[in-house]
Amino acid sequence: MSDVIDFFLDPTHWVGDTGIPNRLVEHLIISGLAILAATIIAVPIGLYIGHTNRGAGFAINLANIGRAVPSYAMMVIPLPFTLALAPILGYDPTFGLNFLPIFLAMTFLAIPPLLVSTYAGLRSVDRDLIEAGRGMGLRERQILGRIELPLASSIIVGGFRTATLQVIATATIGAILSGGGLGRFIFDGLNQGLAGRASIYAGAILVAALAIGVDAVLALVQRRLTPRGLRKPRGARAYVPNQAAEVAPGGGGLPST
Amino acid sequence: MTGLATHGAIVQFDNVSKSYDPEATKSGRGPAAVNDLSLTVPAGKICILVGPSGCGKTTSLKMVNRLIEPTSGRITIDGVDVTTQELTSLRRRIGYVIQQVGLFPHQTIGENVATVPRLLGWPKARLRERSEELLGLVGLEPARYRDRYPSQLSGGERQRVGVARALAADPPIMLMDEPFGAVDPIVRDRLQNEFLRLQETIAKTILFVTHDIDEAIKMGDLVAVFQTGGILAQFGTPLDILAAPASEFVARFVGQDRGLKRLSLLRVSDVPLQAAVTARPGDGAADARRRALDDPLRYLLMIDASNRPLGWVAHGDIPAEGALTETMANPVSPTVNKRTTLKDALSMMLDADVQTGIVVDRTGAVQGLLTVDAIAAKMRAGEHAPAFDQLAASEPEPGEPGADETGAMGAAEPAEEAPEPAEEEPEPADGEPPDAVPPLEVGPGQQ
Amino acid sequence: MIEGQPLIDFGWIAGHFDSIVQRIVQHLQLTILPLVIGIVISLILAVWAVRQPRAYGPVTAITGLLYTIPSLAAFAALRPIFGLSLLTALIPLTTYTLLILFRSFAAGFSAVPAEILEAAEGMGYTRRQRLLRVELPLAVPLMIAGVRLASVTTIGLATIAAVLGDTFGGLGQLITEGIQNFFPTKYLLGAALSVVLAFAADYLFVRFERLVTPWARARAGGR
Repeated sequence: MSDVIDFFLDPTHWVGDTGIPNRLVEHLIISGLAILAATIIAVPIGLYIGHTNRGAGFAINLANIGRAVPSYAMMVIPLPFTLALAPILGYDPTFGLNFLPIFLAMTFLAIPPLLVSTYAGLRSVDRDLIEAGRGMGLRERQILGRIELPLASSIIVGGFRTATLQVIATATIGAILSGGGLGRFIFDGLNQGLAGRASIYAGAILVAALAIGVDAVLALVQRRLTPRGLRKPRGARAYVPNQAAEVAPGGGGLPST
Repeated sequence: MTGLATHGAIVQFDNVSKSYDPEATKSGRGPAAVNDLSLTVPAGKICILVGPSGCGKTTSLKMVNRLIEPTSGRITIDGVDVTTQELTSLRRRIGYVIQQVGLFPHQTIGENVATVPRLLGWPKARLRERSEELLGLVGLEPARYRDRYPSQLSGGERQRVGVARALAADPPIMLMDEPFGAVDPIVRDRLQNEFLRLQETIAKTILFVTHDIDEAIKMGDLVAVFQTGGILAQFGTPLDILAAPASEFVARFVGQDRGLKRLSLLRVSDVPLQAAVTARPGDGAADARRRALDDPLRYLLMIDASNRPLGWVAHGDIPAEGALTETMANPVSPTVNKRTTLKDALSMMLDADVQTGIVVDRTGAVQGLLTVDAIAAKMRAGEHAPAFDQLAASEPEPGEPGADETGAMGAAEPAEEAPEPAEEEPEPADGEPPDAVPPLEVGPGQQ
Repeated sequence: MIEGQPLIDFGWIAGHFDSIVQRIVQHLQLTILPLVIGIVISLILAVWAVRQPRAYGPVTAITGLLYTIPSLAAFAALRPIFGLSLLTALIPLTTYTLLILFRSFAAGFSAVPAEILEAAEGMGYTRRQRLLRVELPLAVPLMIAGVRLASVTTIGLATIAAVLGDTFGGLGQLITEGIQNFFPTKYLLGAALSVVLAFAADYLFVRFERLVTPWARARAGGR
């Protein structure tokens, strides 16, 4: 235990490429990019499917696939291709090793929770409200923007939460390929044998702290977005089996593989 | 019915009370759910527990099969205190039907019906036979329904299964908690009628909770009216409740149209008929005229060879001489038979030009005339506490100033006819069942 | 990747067939053990939580927190304690299944409509009979959905466990070795097999659920 504390107290661990801040930044960058890409892809599709209810079967199937595919496998499958395509598409092969496969895997894994929660969030909106909107003369886009989205936002953020945790966890493992991110502390420690114990623990703590911290912030956002009438009082036993949550568990529902 | 031979048991409440906060109730600060209830339900009768929400009717019902335990007092079935019996074996001997039915979704209809027999350990072959028997009894074709699942049935069908399930082990008592409340009025009406028909053969003792006074009057042999606070306001036959409400609450709960409600309980056979002055086509007009003048009714009834009515002839239209012809008759009156309710009869009569009902038998032959006066006299004869209606009519609307709440027996009704005691209602030939019940114990709730 | 080498060396696969099978078996062990333990514990916890509603909140909060932690961190944290024994992998794997299963099991039980339980009690079921003959069968659909999710997730997590060291085995082992040795056949095979395993488990539980809940499908048929 004391060596872990020493690890954090050691000033050399806070500077340079292998320092904590830099690793954190690396982790955040790749995670952020993947989430961004996944959001750009998944949310519009989810909005379309949710609003029109066409292609719901596709959404469900995608959710199942996304949940089933092991993230580690997802990371390595693109590897031969990202390496082979390097000369053809003209990027540095190390980019094809360090960044692309992990980025692709993270994006791919983040899409299902986002898409499904967007869909489920929209479906959870009371049909009567939408009909009222139509009756008042709102156009479809306005209905989506003014009625459905606000009411669905908390479920959508829940999916965002799941996706983010997924991405952070995958980035951790991705360190085995990428050489960057907080996961490196763990892998470097493993490679050092007995001397690396502190590093392993430090890495685990850092990653856990990041994940819990991000999740906590998003949980707050989610709670803020829940319309007041729907909020469950703290501590009350109110498990309402939520079918939307069943398809896309809201926040922290799935372990981050 | 061979399979349902067990006849009803007597259910008795002796000073039963239920309070969820005994301390508060004792000191008078809190209401009791059920307050010192005493009543006896004779074997084989349907007793309705009716009242507004929160009056303790469902609580009382649930104390019989001990889903709720009484705070004080005791409930006996055929004299045996329910608390002395083993809980699950007690419940297996009581049929229980609730509003949402509560069929087990994961079991077929057949399995659902056979639930209690299965718990009792009946052999498999008998279980199946029993299910089918009961499904047929409640009007569901066994072959069609036995292997279906509850989710595939309509609300009305599910209710029937619920009744079948409750009857499966042939219990002497049935507890029914708003069993027909969750279906639409048409289905409800049908279910009520079929249930009444069923009860004629099986004669179980039934405790039936409802908030609907019309259902109570239609279904009950006896009606227990509850008021908020778990107090029994009145216990008697439907006619008693309608004709002689024991308190203002009961009068109000029954509704201002209780006169009409009483009419729906009485039939043409309960009212003395007036002889009709009749004539056939071809009879002499002068003779008919002479006979007609003695009749207070201003019309002569023309009938055919089989005594079937052809129509009325106004006194003024009878020619002084010659013969009567069929064309003189104007068929403008409803025909009713002895089983028609007075309410239906009166309704038809009021619509007609000649407001007199022609009572005919099965062949269509005229038996007599039913007049509005006769109906009115019948109603007056049964009336006991007209004061309440007068009070209800003169009561200011809620919110209006000067709400002068006089006491129960406040306004005096001018006595035009000496009100006759209820027992003097004429015993009709085939009318309502005579009061064969033993003297009813009524709780202190009734005045 | 070495130039000139084909992407997938089928000869190698044929030659190492036995060890590949061994990896699959190890992977199954890593999956089935946590699942079984998780099911037993979650069942007990769920039945208890339905009876004691106030317990539900704290239990969910604790397990929820544990869940947010990325699995590699969990495995890594336990390694110095338990070394490379199976416990290092099993404890996190079991803990992760617990959250999914507990939530699904508790949801399954609370989804049983109250009026059905009241009818059962009123008709004379004992408490135990009610639990076994009514509550449990009706909770099964959500429970199986939970086991399905847990099994698929555990298969995925088990691949990660191998990253720590080579004693856990499993398909993650194939992947790790393949990466370290720049041998695509190995890591692609490991990846593909783990995906196939996960999908197979998913499909299995879908069929199982349909088998065990004939009444859920009846809705479409009858009326």
